[in-house]
Amino acid sequence: MKELLKIKGLKAKVGEGEILKGLDLTIHPGETHVIMGPNGAGKSTLASVILGHPAYEVTEGNIVFEGEDITEAKTDERAKKGIFLTFQSPEEVDGITVENFLRTAKSAVTGEAIKAWGFHQELMALMEKLNFESGYASRYLNVGFSGGEKKKNEILQMLTLNPKLAILDETDSGLDVDAVKTVSEGIRNFKNDNNALLIITHSAKLLENLKTDYVHILVEGRIIKTSDASLIDEVGRVGFTAMLPEDLRGGV
Amino acid sequence: MELKKTVVSDVDRSIYDIANPEKAKYKVNKGLSKEIVMAISAEKKEPSWMLEHRLRSLEIYEKLPMPAWGPDLHMLDMEQVVTYVSPGTGMKDNWQELPEEIKLTFDRLGIPEAEKKALSGVGAQYDSEVVYHNVKEEMSSQGVIYTDMDTALREYEDILRAHFMQLLPASTHKFMALHGAVWSGGSFVYVPEGVEVSMPLQSYFRLNAPGAGQFEHTLIIVEKGAKLHFIEGCSAPRYNVLNLHAGGVELFVKENATLRYSTIENWSRNMLNLNSKRAVVDKNGAIEWVSGTFGSQITMLYPMSILKGEGARSEFTGITFAGEGQNLDTGTKVVHAAPGTSSTVISKSISKSGGKATYRSAIVVRPEATGTKSSVTCESLMLDSDSRSDTIPVMDIRNDEADIGHEARIGRISEEAIFYLMTRGIGESEAKALIVRGFVEPITKELPLEYAVEMNRLVTLEFEGSIG
Ligand SMILES: Nc1ncnc2c1ncn2[C@@H]1O[C@H](COP(=O)(O)OP(=O)(O)OP(=O)(O)O)[C@@H](O)[C@H]1O
Ligand SMILES: [Mg+2]
Repeated sequence: MKELLKIKGLKAKVGEGEILKGLDLTIHPGETHVIMGPNGAGKSTLASVILGHPAYEVTEGNIVFEGEDITEAKTDERAKKGIFLTFQSPEEVDGITVENFLRTAKSAVTGEAIKAWGFHQELMALMEKLNFESGYASRYLNVGFSGGEKKKNEILQMLTLNPKLAILDETDSGLDVDAVKTVSEGIRNFKNDNNALLIITHSAKLLENLKTDYVHILVEGRIIKTSDASLIDEVGRVGFTAMLPEDLRGGV
Repeated sequence: MELKKTVVSDVDRSIYDIANPEKAKYKVNKGLSKEIVMAISAEKKEPSWMLEHRLRSLEIYEKLPMPAWGPDLHMLDMEQVVTYVSPGTGMKDNWQELPEEIKLTFDRLGIPEAEKKALSGVGAQYDSEVVYHNVKEEMSSQGVIYTDMDTALREYEDILRAHFMQLLPASTHKFMALHGAVWSGGSFVYVPEGVEVSMPLQSYFRLNAPGAGQFEHTLIIVEKGAKLHFIEGCSAPRYNVLNLHAGGVELFVKENATLRYSTIENWSRNMLNLNSKRAVVDKNGAIEWVSGTFGSQITMLYPMSILKGEGARSEFTGITFAGEGQNLDTGTKVVHAAPGTSSTVISKSISKSGGKATYRSAIVVRPEATGTKSSVTCESLMLDSDSRSDTIPVMDIRNDEADIGHEARIGRISEEAIFYLMTRGIGESEAKALIVRGFVEPITKELPLEYAVEMNRLVTLEFEGSIG
């Protein structure tokens, strides 16, 4: 099958500090990939670089999405092609309501004018599914939201924009037990044979109801191991250090 | 005061920039002299006290120095300014009777349309003279007077004489003295005791002649327990010679009365906007300033509220957006001169592409103003490292029983927030515009809808780089 995302030899730095040190990753439509790794390994950086964050400079390698090299593409163009990222710590933006923001975003992504009333209905339905109180639609984007509410709002955005590739960066952290359930429900409903998930997480809870195809271990800017879902348990049992090749063990 | 929806006029900068060929019927020579001042007064057939007032003002003008602070005004050469340009149409109360091109100008600005739907009355000034004035029958039957200053000077001479330039005497500063000498046009409003004017009155000032000055005078008296929302709009096409605006606004708010004064200034960027506005508020009365400054090359504008009566209130909500080549110096001054008075100031400024926005506020609490409350919040947002924002707050508190709060924040636009919005498919300039619109939202929501829409549009245009 044709690749959705293909990353080859990716190196990226901030200032003089290299964070991604040669990384390969291929994702096909329909797949669910999980990335695990110690704090500071470069997981969020990888997500940011896939979306073209201007703070990171790609020094080597490339990112290809649906056969097109997007290494140099602008962030909004990547979003329009169908890449989405839920942020580990979403920004607060004053003065723009969640609903207006999402309508603007949807219209930007689809390139079509979005009728306000129909969109409102759609949004309310999604919020109900996520157990997200409808009043939040008219609050300013993430302003004063609790950690968990911000995460729900990220999932709400994912469901609204319906991307081809959704990258979830620690969506489960900060969510209470019930919220993890509703959110993982939401993710399961979103998932189909044509789209793909790249889930960055430290815990297995979110993954319980999802069929995981690949698990990658990212340490110090490289993927050091890739396997099937069984790797999640192994990480839980032995930790990351034990997975490192001998010569790298001292460094973590 | 409740805001009414007014019509949304879809105008863009190019509409402001459509200049008509100058067809002035009468204009004075460039520069400033006794002869010119006398010629203006004669053209207007004014009473002699007004001519004397003009000539006294001119003397004061000649004595006063240029302001020693604020933006540099060296480019102003009064020898090059035409202080009076009359379109010679006379004043009409029917748009159809105006010359086609003048009518078209105001049509494009959406004024007649707004009048039909959402205003109690409209005044329209073109260069130095008011060409249109009309107030709805429902209002005039309740004794509301809304007319141009020349008519007021003829028909309500005593009221005018008792109030004209009392709050803003010629000695206030050099440009007020200039105003006193060559003022022309503007509106006079009188709202009798207890009358609530249901929909706003709006005066629109359009400066068409290149190299001209506009010196309109607005005088509003809101009697006991009455209520009014007055809207002032202004614009001019862009020329490559300097235009000068030195208007004067005097507001008298009586006991228990409320006046909201909303302004959107969108002068073209060849304008020096040196405007003066003052309100005096009696017992338990309220003045609410809503002020948006977008245009001009240089602005100096600091509406002042004098809280003279016990329990008087003032609210100032202001937004300033300084783009390329602009130096916008704005703010407000509140004088608490009676016990139990209160003031709120919310100011936001944005600077971009090398623009400079300075905010000055002064809160003065006189010894007798016990139990005064004042809260000042000013925030500025700089969109790039070429731009500047300063806030210069001054507090002069002369008693121990004042409750004064001040908060100032200066920041740069967040790269992370821009990235966040862009990951949702929103383009970079639109993302910035969204953030800026969000920043000014507390102000936008105070504006009449058409102005709010226009302000958002101006912000958006600014990011598309198409404002000339
Ligand atoms: N913009 C930046 N400026 C400076 N250093 C950065 C920047 N972004 C990331 N880093 C550094 O790069 C390394 C990787 O950070 P990253 O956020 O990608 O880690 P992570 O794997 O997501 O960690 P965690 O599990 O804690 O979320 C860290 O050492 C971090 O401090
Ligand atoms: Mg991270």
